[in-house]
Amino acid sequence: MIRIRMLFRMTAVRLSLIYALVFGLFAVVLVTYTTLNTTRLLHQQTRQTIDEEILELSVIFRRGSMARLIRVIERRARAPGASLYLIADASGRIIAGNVREIEPGILGKTGWTRNPFPYEGFGQTDGPVHFAIARVFELPGGLRALIGRDLGEPDRFRSIARRSLILALAGMVLLGILTWLFVGRRALKRIDSMSGSTKRILAGDLQERLPLSGSGDEFDRMSENLNQLLGRISKLDEGLKQVSDNIAHDLKTPLTRLRNKAEQTLSADPAKKDYRQAMEDIIAESDTLIKTFNALLMIARVEAGSRTGGFTEFDLSNIIQDVHELYEPLAEEAGVEFKLSTNDPIKINGNRELIGQAIANLVDNAIKYSVEGVEKPHRVSLEISNEDGQLHVVVTDNGLGIPPEDQERVKDRFVRLDKSRSKPGTGLGLSLVDAVARLHNGALTLRDAEPGLIADFMIPVKIIEK
Amino acid sequence: MKILLIEDDLEAASYLVKSLKEVGHVAEHASDGELGMSMALDGGYDVLVIDRMLPKKEGLSIIADLRDSGDQTPVLILSALSQVDDRVTGLRAGGDDYLSKPYAFSELLARIEVLSRRRISGESETNYRVGDLEMDRLAHSVKRGEQEIILQPREYRLLEYLMKNAGRVVTRTMLLENVWDYHFDPQTNVIDVHVSRLRSKIDKGFDEQLLQTVRGSGYILKSQKG
Repeated sequence: MIRIRMLFRMTAVRLSLIYALVFGLFAVVLVTYTTLNTTRLLHQQTRQTIDEEILELSVIFRRGSMARLIRVIERRARAPGASLYLIADASGRIIAGNVREIEPGILGKTGWTRNPFPYEGFGQTDGPVHFAIARVFELPGGLRALIGRDLGEPDRFRSIARRSLILALAGMVLLGILTWLFVGRRALKRIDSMSGSTKRILAGDLQERLPLSGSGDEFDRMSENLNQLLGRISKLDEGLKQVSDNIAHDLKTPLTRLRNKAEQTLSADPAKKDYRQAMEDIIAESDTLIKTFNALLMIARVEAGSRTGGFTEFDLSNIIQDVHELYEPLAEEAGVEFKLSTNDPIKINGNRELIGQAIANLVDNAIKYSVEGVEKPHRVSLEISNEDGQLHVVVTDNGLGIPPEDQERVKDRFVRLDKSRSKPGTGLGLSLVDAVARLHNGALTLRDAEPGLIADFMIPVKIIEK
Repeated sequence: MKILLIEDDLEAASYLVKSLKEVGHVAEHASDGELGMSMALDGGYDVLVIDRMLPKKEGLSIIADLRDSGDQTPVLILSALSQVDDRVTGLRAGGDDYLSKPYAFSELLARIEVLSRRRISGESETNYRVGDLEMDRLAHSVKRGEQEIILQPREYRLLEYLMKNAGRVVTRTMLLENVWDYHFDPQTNVIDVHVSRLRSKIDKGFDEQLLQTVRGSGYILKSQKG
C-alpha cells in the first residue's frame, strides 16, 4: 500500500498519468468532433435527398390531382428503400404510406422535424427502434403529408465511431498502466537503493558508494557524478584531518615550550638576572607562533582567493632581481654562491606580493639547505625561462635534496623532513609557494638536481609585451 | 606626543594606552567610531591609531571623513586583515601606515614615532646629519668625518631611511617595506645581514658606533654627541 502511494508521488508516474489524461481527452474531443461533423453532413445529404423527392412529388401534384399523388406515394412506399412516405387526414389517421406508427406531435407542425424522431414502418421486424428525419407539409383538404428518410446509415456510422473510441481509450489506458508500472517501478527500485546508500553515507561511512547498474543511463550518470563528488569530499576530509592533526601538533609544541619557560622562570628566584632573558625568549617564541598563524592564514586566503583579486601588471624580472639582491648578502655570509641569470623585462599579470613571497621562500629554502650539501662550493641559482606560454622560475641548489618519494609530500602544510626539523622555519613555506602557483593556475614541481633540489615554479602567462 | 587610539577591544586598548604612557606619550582612547571621530576632529593629536573594524563608524570611513575635512594628522591603521589587498585599501583611504594584528608593541611604537616625524620634516631636506655622519642627498654622497663612504644603491637607501628617522627605532618590517617596497615576511633575517654590511661600512674603525641593534625591536641610528 505504501509502495503504491509512493508510486503516485513519483514524478515518472505522475507525468505518465497526466499524459494519459491529456491524450485521452484529446482522443475524445477528436472523435466527437469528427462524429458530429460527419453526422451533420450525412443529415444534410439526407435532407437534400428528401427535398429532391418533394420537388418531384410537387410537380406530380401540380400536374395531376390528389388521387394521383396518393397513388404515386403508395407505389413508391412499397418499393424497398430508406424513404418514408405518409399521408394523413386532419385527425391524424394514416391514409397512405409506409409508416405504421409515428409520434403524434410530428404531423402537427409543418416544415423540417427538429430532431430525428422514432417511427415504426411496415414490414419492420422487431429490432432496434428506427429513427428518421422528415419534412411535413399541408395539402388541401386538411391533409398532411410527410416525406422523410430513415437514418439507419448515419446511426451505424456513429456506433462504429463510438466503438472505436472505446477501444482506443481502453488500449491507451492499458498501455499507460503497463509503461507506468515498468518505468515507475524500475525507477522506484533504483531510487530506493540510491537513498539506502545515501543514508549509510550520511551515517558516516564515507567509503560507501552509490550502486551502478552498468547500463549508463541517467541514473548511472548521476550516481557516477555523485560518487566522484563523494571521492572528492572524502579526500578533502582526509586532508582536513591531516592538517588539523598537524596544526594541533605543530602549534602545541611551541605553546608547551612557551608555557614551560614561563613556569620555569616563575619558580626560579625572581631577583635573578636571567629573568629578562627568559622574557625575551618567551616573546621570541610567541613571535614565531604569530608568524606561523599568519602563514597559515595567508595560505588559507590564497587558496580561497579569487583569480584576479589583487592582480596587477608588473615586471617579473624586477622581482627576481629584488629577491636576488635581498638574499645575496645572506648567501655570501653562509658561504653560498648565489647566481642569477639576468633577463629582459617580463611583464606579467598576477599578484606581485605573493609571487615575490613565493620566490623569496624558494630562495630562502635553497640557501638554507644547500649548506647541508657535501658538494663544494655550495651553489644556488635563480633562473627564468619561458617556453610555450609557460613561465618557469627555477631555483636550483646543490644541497642534500629531497628524496623522490617525499617531493610531493613536502608541499603539504607542516610537513618537515626529519633532517630539517632542527632548522628554523614553520613548515609552511613550500605550502604557500604551492598555493600561490595554483592561484595563478600554475604549479610547483620539485625535482632532483643530483645532488640537490630543483624547485620549478611554473605559471602559465600571456606575456603582456616583451 | 599626543596619541589618539580608536579601538573597540578594551583590553588591548588599555594595554596600549598604559604602554604608550610608560614610554612618555600622552595617549587617549575612544571605544567606538563616532566618539573617535569627534575626538579626532577636536584635534590636537600628533598621531591617530585606528582599528579597521569598529562599532558605529568603520575605521576607513573615519579616515576618509577626516581627510575630506582637511585634517592631515598621520593615521596608523590597525587590522586583523593582513592581506596585501587590505593594506592597499587602507592606504588608499588615506591611512599613512598599516599594521596587522597581532603585532608587537615595539613595532607599533616604532611606527607611531616615525609617523609623527613625517609630519614635521618631510622629504624636502637635502642633508642628513647624525653625529659626524653626513649624507648629501643632492650629490648622493655619504661622508663620515672627512672620509668618503662608498655605498651600493640599496645600502644608500637603507642608510637614507635610517638617517631620516635618526634617533628612532625602526623595525625590520619597516625597513623591508620602505627600503625594498615588499610587504611579505622573509623567513630568515635577511635584513640583519644588510644592516650589518652597512654597519661595517659606516661604523668600522670609528670610536662611536652609530648604528645600534635594539633587542627585540630593530635598529636605531643615533649619536650621543648630537
